[in-house]
Amino acid sequence: MTVRQLTEIQGFSPVVLADPEREIKNVYIGDLLSWVMGKAQQDDAWITIMSNVNVLAVATLADTACVILAEGVLLDADVKLTAEQKGVNVISTDKSAYEIAKILAKANE
Amino acid sequence: MSEPLVFRFDVDGDDFTSAGQASVQVKKNLRQLGLLPEIIRRVSIAMYEGEINMVIHAGGGKAEVQVDNECVTIILEDKGPGIKNIEQAMQEGFSTAPDAIRSLGFGAGMGLPNMKRYSDEMNISSVVGEGTKIVMKVFIR
Repeated sequence: MTVRQLTEIQGFSPVVLADPEREIKNVYIGDLLSWVMGKAQQDDAWITIMSNVNVLAVATLADTACVILAEGVLLDADVKLTAEQKGVNVISTDKSAYEIAKILAKANE
Repeated sequence: MSEPLVFRFDVDGDDFTSAGQASVQVKKNLRQLGLLPEIIRRVSIAMYEGEINMVIHAGGGKAEVQVDNECVTIILEDKGPGIKNIEQAMQEGFSTAPDAIRSLGFGAGMGLPNMKRYSDEMNISSVVGEGTKIVMKVFIR
């Protein structure tokens, strides 16, 4: 599934689509940034409730396919701008991390 | 490349929001050099953790990245408080980061372990009250 395809599912909204055709290969869920940095794999969809600017650095360096903000978390305008500049895909949704993971697991079956 | 390429950065200790800039720049530079994505990922993650550590604990410092035919060498140097017990600091989950830092999602005690995990060689020299120097190598071949 591509990042764009995920945003077309009901309940998911694109916040920043810098590279919409990027393929999501797997999923990582976590909020401790160093933990994510150490364990998330390239091309993962990273589900988190953190929304500070350091999330973007971690997403860039770990090379995740996109950041999915769960539970209705939003990005501040300046963080959104930085995501655009850094080319980080960000999607938001009201769903919980578990619900998002179930949808992604089904889509990648 | 016969002469190593060298990139130098000042890591600003005051601005936590800009932490990671040097690592992101290194990632771009290494990509331009055509290194393998996995090597680039390892170097930039190891360096980012070091950079964050310098911001959290040492009020910033200096970073240098050397690239030659054999390896990428990352040298991080700060004049912070030093590490009292390196063995303890290397344990996953051990952290002395303050609460404000934890609320940003850092301070999980994974910084130094990640640096070790993602580099092929890592050497820490630290003197309490004087500072810390970390040299990491990631082999290209």
